Amino acid sequence: MTHGTIHSVESCGTVDGPGIRFIVFTQGCPLRCQYCHNADTWEFGCGRSVSATEIIEEAESYRSFFDATGGGITFSGGEPLAQPEFLEAALREAKQKGLHTVIDTAGSVVPKNIDQILDYTDLVLLDIKHIDDATCRILTGRSNANTLAFAKRLAERNIPVWIRHVLVPGLTMTETFLRQTGEFIRTLGNVERVEVLPYHQLGVYKWEALGLDYPLADVLPPSPEEAADAQTLLDSYLSC
Amino acid sequence: MMLLEKTPAWQQFETGAWNNQIDVADFIRRNRTEYRGDDQFLAGPTVATETVWQQIMNLTSEERLRGGVYAVDASTPSTILSHGPGYLNRELEQIVGLQTDEPFKRSIHPNGGIRMVNDALEAYGFQADPLVTKTFSEYRKTHNQGVFDAYTPEMRAARKAGIITGLPDAYGRGRIIGDYRRVALYGTSFLIAQRKQDLQDRGGFLSESMIRDREEMNEQIRALQELTELGQRYDCDLSRPAETAREAFQWVYLAYLAAIKEQNGAAMSLGRVSTFLDIYIERDLQTGRLTEQTAQELVDHFVMKLRIVKFLRTPDYNDLFSGDPTWVTESIGGMSEDGRSNVTKSSFRFLQTLVNLGPAPEPNLTVLWSTKLPRGFKEFCAKMSILSSSIQYENDDLMLPIYGDDYGIACCVSAMKIGKQMQFFGARANLAKALLYTLNGGMDEKLKMQVAPKTDLILDDVLDYETVMAAYDRQLDWLAELYVNTLNVIHFMHDKYSYERLEMALHDPEILRTMACGIAGLSVVADSLSAIRYATVSPIRDADGIAVDFKIEGDFPKFGNNDERVDQMAVDLVKLFMEKIRKHSTYRDALPTQSVLTITSNVVYGKKTGNTPDGRRAGEPFAPGANPMHGRDTKGAVAALTSVGKLPYEHALDGISYTFSIVPKALGKDEPTRIRNTVGLLDGYMGGTTSKGHHLNVNVFDRETLLDAMEHPELYPQLTIRVSGYAVNFIKLTREQQIDVINRTFHGAL
Repeated sequence: MTHGTIHSVESCGTVDGPGIRFIVFTQGCPLRCQYCHNADTWEFGCGRSVSATEIIEEAESYRSFFDATGGGITFSGGEPLAQPEFLEAALREAKQKGLHTVIDTAGSVVPKNIDQILDYTDLVLLDIKHIDDATCRILTGRSNANTLAFAKRLAERNIPVWIRHVLVPGLTMTETFLRQTGEFIRTLGNVERVEVLPYHQLGVYKWEALGLDYPLADVLPPSPEEAADAQTLLDSYLSC
Repeated sequence: MMLLEKTPAWQQFETGAWNNQIDVADFIRRNRTEYRGDDQFLAGPTVATETVWQQIMNLTSEERLRGGVYAVDASTPSTILSHGPGYLNRELEQIVGLQTDEPFKRSIHPNGGIRMVNDALEAYGFQADPLVTKTFSEYRKTHNQGVFDAYTPEMRAARKAGIITGLPDAYGRGRIIGDYRRVALYGTSFLIAQRKQDLQDRGGFLSESMIRDREEMNEQIRALQELTELGQRYDCDLSRPAETAREAFQWVYLAYLAAIKEQNGAAMSLGRVSTFLDIYIERDLQTGRLTEQTAQELVDHFVMKLRIVKFLRTPDYNDLFSGDPTWVTESIGGMSEDGRSNVTKSSFRFLQTLVNLGPAPEPNLTVLWSTKLPRGFKEFCAKMSILSSSIQYENDDLMLPIYGDDYGIACCVSAMKIGKQMQFFGARANLAKALLYTLNGGMDEKLKMQVAPKTDLILDDVLDYETVMAAYDRQLDWLAELYVNTLNVIHFMHDKYSYERLEMALHDPEILRTMACGIAGLSVVADSLSAIRYATVSPIRDADGIAVDFKIEGDFPKFGNNDERVDQMAVDLVKLFMEKIRKHSTYRDALPTQSVLTITSNVVYGKKTGNTPDGRRAGEPFAPGANPMHGRDTKGAVAALTSVGKLPYEHALDGISYTFSIVPKALGKDEPTRIRNTVGLLDGYMGGTTSKGHHLNVNVFDRETLLDAMEHPELYPQLTIRVSGYAVNFIKLTREQQIDVINRTFHGAL
């Protein structure tokens, strides 16, 4: 039986994929995004151990909610691809039971079994942290090369993708960077939707609880207009 | 039926069984026009509607300034003919009739108990009338006096300690739905003739029950005659069937008005009138007598009257059932036995009152939800819930096979076949306190008084699950017997001293009665038993050996997280107590049922109950109804819904209430998504395979709104929230109850 470690679950997710979703937050992430609102999911080696089977059995008990809304199970994190055996086993069981599957990932790690994982994945929510490699390293601590390569692999396999992009004033919220991101998205062909996620500070308390300094303490969230403008701009690369 | 064959009232209606006998359900099945579209056809308020509603809002704020009661007639006990006619706005109101001669003036109902009346008068600064007091103390015995003549010392002790609370022993029991539609469809002359026939059929040897039947039927006939006279005062000839939609609304309302003039029942529910009335509206729309605008106006004006039903009650009573509720419950939608739904355009029009008049707690709008309802109606319900938090939902797919397609909800969650079934309302037993009695040898942990028969204390250092369960089982045997006995006393006396003449006149002569017991503290007990089983629970005792607190080491599964280990304990508890209730014989051979419903008394129950082994502190409120305890459902809304949905309806046929609060954002990013997800939550909750929820209150708002309303009540005169099985004006809750509502789990965004 394949086990993974998870941070928590949320049985009524409505923003991570279509419909009402059972969200599994895996524990552990290689990135250290400056704006992370789930900093408590970073560490590997802690969290609760669960088997793929028990997670999918629980998901199945919510089937009537999924059927009513076109929902399903979403693996988020942390970084779900950082626990590839667990992820593959859980997704396989989910598909055996006919559940709609989503992974919410930054694509920063590419496990050996990535193709098997994608065999059982209906939709990927791909978070492009930053289109510019140098800035990405500052923002997340890692290069964006894996992410962009992963995006291309998804395009080649024609797996539906929703691109997510956190809008941070001073970091991602510049017309140049947004246009570069848009140009990249345009090359893919399998992107169904782009979701601009306005940066917020709701997770700051977690940094404080973990005894960490919050690097973006002085950055204010974008205004609703700025968020809408960015959304419109990125959407314009989808339609053509 | 010869009488009615040629009545113009029935022209264009499809004929059937309903022509030859009283059968409203058959009339509806044959004549309703199902509507499967969306809400685009709806009309806004007319100028008349806005004017009359403004008048009501002004009276409402004046009432609040006067301390909660606007005026009372303290010297005239209310009967069908005691007061009136009275008008709100004779020129503009489409539907006439008031409980007294003036809007917002309350009346007294001393048959339930004179003390309750006088306490209420005094509490609100009015003088009790000496003649009324003398009459109902010396010449005319009340229900309350009768009950206390028969109560045993043990019943009094149980009542005082609060192991059984909310007993209708000092006021009207309510929860009886007269089939008010019969007055519109048949007229009172025919109903009287029918009842006279029923009376003739009851001759020969007169057993005690036959004698009672004969007396009751003559009372019913008299009540129908009085109703007819009430109609005359308002220039309405109720003796004949209603001929137009306006008359149908008016006839139904006057019948209901007569019921609330006669009885101050805890819940005076309306039944299921919207689809019935829609048949009349459709006919008038076709003949051009009505337009959509005037049809909506009729609905709005009818609903306005239902919103201003007022009873005189004590502040104590309001601690239990806060916010001045009357439970004018109207059941909307549901499926028909013919496979189509009962959704009509008037199902929409009734919900549209939440827009035209703004949100309000009454009438208690209850949607009978089926996964098979038309999509357009489902989405409109969701939209209205998100907008107003004023709707509750009950599972028609669960109820239809039991009650058929013409049942209504009395009070909050109690289903009954309209005109064919009534219940003896039975408040609830405090299962959490019973668990403490189990540990403490029947001694009340708060009053330090022996309430249950003395048994050995459980003196283990660490509580053992098997030992506790075995003793708890015996404690519940005692409680169930005492409880049913107490209810038998109450309902015997209520029939004798405060019989619901008019409501029962609008029932069949032979009916099914249920003895509707109830339980409180389900999640407290389930979590306590789970703690005892899965963690280490050590009682902390006082000098008398009474467990006054508990040390809990280790974690344990908590109800509301879709965790089978504890959910099954809750399921077993419901079944266990119901089986114990069923063992006892009941007054008038009523069928025993139970509810998992607390109304707002979860706060009072909590106050009266000591520390419990789940870690709940003494005095802390219980969760309402079947809700998980506050803050312990950590896996989100769907897991909590799934846990509650496991509770077995067949062992809780009087209803299982779950109050659900969610912030708008958690339903999705935009309105269409929120609507779709709300529909999905309802379909998922009620349409599961292993978990089928019975009832759901849907509240959609941010906690900040409630906090602001606590500080600035004057800015929120219509802020409505659903509590256990009904809705209240948030600003009418006591501060304690407001805090309880705010502390409850709000399912929020991540």
